[in-house]
Amino acid sequence: MVLKKIEINPITRLEGHGKIAIFLDDSGNVAEAFFQVVELRGFERFLVGIPIEEVPRTVSTICGVCRAVHHTAATKASDEIYGVEPTETAKKIRELFINAHYVEDHAVILYALGLPDFVVGPEADPAERNIVGLVKKVGVDVAKEVLRRRSYAVKILEMLGGKPIHPVAGLPGGWSKRITEEERAEIEKLAKELVELGKFTVQLFEDVILKNEKYMELITSDAYRSVLNYMGTVDERGLVNYYDGVQKIIDTKGNEIGRFKGKEYLEYIAERVLPWSYLKMPYLKKIGWKGIVDGEGTSLYSVGPLARLNVADGMNTPLAQEAYGKMFDVLKERPIHYIMAYHWARAIELLNAAERVLELAQDPEITSPDVRAELGEVTGEGVGIIEAPRGTLIHHYKTDDEGRVTEANLIVATTHNKGPITLAIRKAAKHFIKNGNVDERILNYVEMAFRPYDLCLACATHMLPGRLPIEIEIYDSEGELVKTLRNF
Amino acid sequence: MALKFAFYLAAGCAGCEMALVDLADRLVDALEHLEVVFWAPTVADVKYKDLEKMPDKSIDVALVDGAVRLSEQEHILKILRQKSKILVAFGICASMGGIAGLANVHTKEEIFETVYFKTYSTDNPEGVVPQTKCVVDGKYELTLPEFLEKVKPVCEVVEVDYFVGGCPPHHEHVAKIVEAIVSGNLPPKGSWITDGKSVCDVCPRNPASKGEKREFVREVKRTIEGVPDEEKCLLQQGYVCFGPITQGDCGASCPKVNIPCRGCGGPLPGVKDFGARAISAIGSVLSEEAVDQLIEKYGNLTKLFYRYSLPASLLGGRR
Repeated sequence: MVLKKIEINPITRLEGHGKIAIFLDDSGNVAEAFFQVVELRGFERFLVGIPIEEVPRTVSTICGVCRAVHHTAATKASDEIYGVEPTETAKKIRELFINAHYVEDHAVILYALGLPDFVVGPEADPAERNIVGLVKKVGVDVAKEVLRRRSYAVKILEMLGGKPIHPVAGLPGGWSKRITEEERAEIEKLAKELVELGKFTVQLFEDVILKNEKYMELITSDAYRSVLNYMGTVDERGLVNYYDGVQKIIDTKGNEIGRFKGKEYLEYIAERVLPWSYLKMPYLKKIGWKGIVDGEGTSLYSVGPLARLNVADGMNTPLAQEAYGKMFDVLKERPIHYIMAYHWARAIELLNAAERVLELAQDPEITSPDVRAELGEVTGEGVGIIEAPRGTLIHHYKTDDEGRVTEANLIVATTHNKGPITLAIRKAAKHFIKNGNVDERILNYVEMAFRPYDLCLACATHMLPGRLPIEIEIYDSEGELVKTLRNF
Repeated sequence: MALKFAFYLAAGCAGCEMALVDLADRLVDALEHLEVVFWAPTVADVKYKDLEKMPDKSIDVALVDGAVRLSEQEHILKILRQKSKILVAFGICASMGGIAGLANVHTKEEIFETVYFKTYSTDNPEGVVPQTKCVVDGKYELTLPEFLEKVKPVCEVVEVDYFVGGCPPHHEHVAKIVEAIVSGNLPPKGSWITDGKSVCDVCPRNPASKGEKREFVREVKRTIEGVPDEEKCLLQQGYVCFGPITQGDCGASCPKVNIPCRGCGGPLPGVKDFGARAISAIGSVLSEEAVDQLIEKYGNLTKLFYRYSLPASLLGGRR
């Protein structure tokens, strides 16, 4: 029965479309490595002509894993199109909604993708090194408990969003549905369980990784260190916020490069088109394109859990704040450039989101029927920025006078991270492949380099998600394919 | 004996797979009866070889989610069909093309032009477009699969035994489908797996269920106009809702949060072209002025009535 789960578990098998090509030089060392994304759907084009209030429910289909994020970002953009400030209750409902999503999404990513490398072990049999191997280690009862608690977050999403996946309830100026007192009480009850899940997750991370010297060495190894700029959302107190705030960018030393809101993103970010990938590669415009390199002066920046914690001054809930302090104390640098710390940051954010769901469920204003503000005149342009679990998400629309889309631009988390991911793979490949020696372990050590970024290629190409099925092709200096390794 | 089971994600968002995950502990129970032999992406030709190695018809049931957008998806589908006794188009993208099928209103060139040239943040001074084959730095040869001219539903590439609607199918519906597969209690081939009820049939707002009479709709409203009465039928209040012609296996998820149905459940049995049927059904309850308002307010009616079904429609798309 347990073995069956190994083969079957869909979480570990969720896929995106991508591949890695590694080229060796004459001596068999890595000359170059490419991370290619091989899908495109073209949402930016076919959204044209659709009324903006229909866009949030349409773009939610960009990704079935990131189920709440495109909907919320587009809803925020639609507020601007109609020149309207959502009601306070509507903002709180949206925030509750996105925090519930964080809990279930971070849980999937950690338990199915991130933690097996550590709980089961980086060199364990690949057949065991997955969520089921993890289940064996931690026990079936514990695993069931995690799965059950995660499903409570999904339940909250369905109550608020209509459909449990691809929600429909966001509207310009608010939310289509109020929360009744019965629903509030139910959410509060579920939220308490989510906080327990958060506490358990942070504790598990500490027990398994911090207490293991070998893992700490691995985490702080140069093979998994990329010195980059970082971007994330902070609130007016400088704390991490997923729903709203200002985008802050810091350089490799932690100095602030700038802050922006809305349309100003165009002053900070540009996307390079590459002939070898359907996915564009963003960089910091003010620094200028410097290629796929890290270190001081790089124009690449990363987003997501570690980036958010790096740019912020802290977390907005007590338990998460405590865990936040501990991470920086243990890793002894700021910003943290160890990419494995993404997993740690993810655990801390899970706890933070759960605490926030509970706070919002206890907010007396959350049940107010005042969930839709009166719309203003059509402004014709709107930008919605939120933090998706994987990082900053930007939706930008222009409309005609009737509020129908004329142009759209979307920059999603995994797109921001395209450069850092390529870099991480190159570094790991160069570190582990020497003198033409390539074995199965390499596959996992290279995989471990991109897993912290939790690739969501569905989103990235306004397409496919989850775990990247990686195929690694090794070419010799003559360009001949010498070996193919893959994790599927 | 456990059924040999496969799941293939073509050009979709994996929401259909998450719907299965959302079964939580019930998924664990289901897996006692299903042996997964293939659950994979569409990455490389090695992938085809893996599948090719399996004996023909050795997979009992294969689910496909997502539409067909790239050349390699066509290829894998053909192999998967050969290896599978039963192939199910699982979810509206596989069955009818889904939202990404709206791309068929545009040409491939228009899509590339928007994505790689016109979008605001794009930096492309040298006019680069992704290539199916390219050489970087004069020595590194890299390949990409081809972006097809049009999005296709799965049945345009291979024979489909069963269709499932929903974007994605609701997990309660998924539970029933899994049960039907495991027990072998499936309808005749070529059918949709559905309860056969419309969204209206399961919607708490349905006037018929309250003994109320349906009236002619004299004013069409976009969802931004006014706040709908929480009890009354949305269509009766002027909000264009596809509940009457859409499969209601979702349990009326959208109307329950005051949002009109857009047809993701797929057409009721017997309907060939969802959009055409939607136009006739909605048109028949609208007054003449209301029809004019509909055209004026929504502009691009193709992207409204064929929101989830353009590639499978008689229109198909441009070209």
